[in-house]
Amino acid sequence: MHTKSLQARKNLLSNPKEQLKYLSNGIFGDGELPLFKEKVATTGTFPLKPKKLEILQLNLGYMCNQVCSHCHVDAGPDRKEIMTRETMRLCLNVIRKSGAHTLDLTGGAPEMNPDFRWFVEEASKAGIKDFIVRSNLTIIVANKKYHDLPEFFRKHNVHVVSSLPFYKKEKTDRQRGDGVFDKSIQALKMLNAAGYGKMNSGLKLDLVYNPAGAFLPANQQALERDFKKALKEDFDIEFNELFCITNLPISRFLEYLIASENYEDYMTALVEAYNPAAVENVMCKNTLSVSWDGWLYDCDFNQMLGLKVNSKVQHLKDFEPEMLQDREICISQHCYGCTAGAGSSCQGSVT
Amino acid sequence: MSKTYYDPADLKKFGSISEWDEELGSKFFEYYNSVFEEGALTAREKSLIALAVSHVVQCPYCIDAYTKDGLQRGIEKEEMMEAIHVGAAIKGGATLVHGVQMMNKYNKLSM
Repeated sequence: MHTKSLQARKNLLSNPKEQLKYLSNGIFGDGELPLFKEKVATTGTFPLKPKKLEILQLNLGYMCNQVCSHCHVDAGPDRKEIMTRETMRLCLNVIRKSGAHTLDLTGGAPEMNPDFRWFVEEASKAGIKDFIVRSNLTIIVANKKYHDLPEFFRKHNVHVVSSLPFYKKEKTDRQRGDGVFDKSIQALKMLNAAGYGKMNSGLKLDLVYNPAGAFLPANQQALERDFKKALKEDFDIEFNELFCITNLPISRFLEYLIASENYEDYMTALVEAYNPAAVENVMCKNTLSVSWDGWLYDCDFNQMLGLKVNSKVQHLKDFEPEMLQDREICISQHCYGCTAGAGSSCQGSVT
Repeated sequence: MSKTYYDPADLKKFGSISEWDEELGSKFFEYYNSVFEEGALTAREKSLIALAVSHVVQCPYCIDAYTKDGLQRGIEKEEMMEAIHVGAAIKGGATLVHGVQMMNKYNKLSM
């Protein structure tokens, strides 16, 4: 398992243009598989257009205490991109202007941003209905200064969404690094102790499952049942919902697919599982993703591929909801990841 | 023509058997899909049975398909290996239980 980001390793795939080139050549270049836009056209849904903006997802920076092998952000301790307080102030303006009912903070590990707490305090006053922080769990136990995070989250009524790729140690550690499972369990216990995931507490704790390898996630409900049973029996841990997320073929997961010679089979599986019903509900239709430096994207994946929104408005400072509404969503072959099977989004299945 | 009898890429083409007999092919796949739906047995249990049977009938396509299916369902490698042993035990048992027939015949023919 790598301990550094693609960027730090100076890997060719750290360049988004190289990734997009890879995703357009080979089996897609020679016509063996249809391009995503061709596939979408066959079901009459090209071009993809946004619906009403509901979710604003802010990436507070690519720095993370973990170096997960599937990370689409290429996050890690060596990444220095961090949202400044100045950009956060722009975000606060946009939150008020946008009418979005959900605010979703992600990273990297968003908690590592030095202005994280200030921002959460300010943003929680903005009248958002659902305020999500995506926590990787281990950050809570990584350092004494983070130990009170469950209490801090509770105080601001934050909805915690945490990654736990499996309810067993081996698969979790293989994907996320040695020791990650035990630390995650410890952090989940701390969140439970603060009331998170407990019945009638009103404090939501959701978990995110993503496959530990080159295969698609199975039925979300069945996996949720297995997760709940195992975590309760083995560790007395409770949580609310499980979100199944398909790994998209970009960044470090793309690196893994190529190195393990699974790329072609994986892309074929995604294309074969194409579900027109999922296209209707893909998250890029109701989400805007904001990068650490204030640029706007259709989703977090497009952010990592450097595909800014196709609009005259491309930055927070020029935010204009109506102009953004009238854009076409940028797509490439990675989009097959969100339309396979039951569909996939940051909120799990979409059908 | 391929120089080997099995090609992993052929698994994806399984559906093409219907091209030469639409009616029977469609009936088979409809039946197949119904079999694997949740019923008195969970889809997870059925996946493990399928994996064990795949080994007993020694179908490389089925082994690829149901290993992947099991991974997707969160079935663990220990469960997969135990399932295969169940298949192996039955197959071994099926060989050995015929030993009784051999003994019967031996005894009948012997003075």
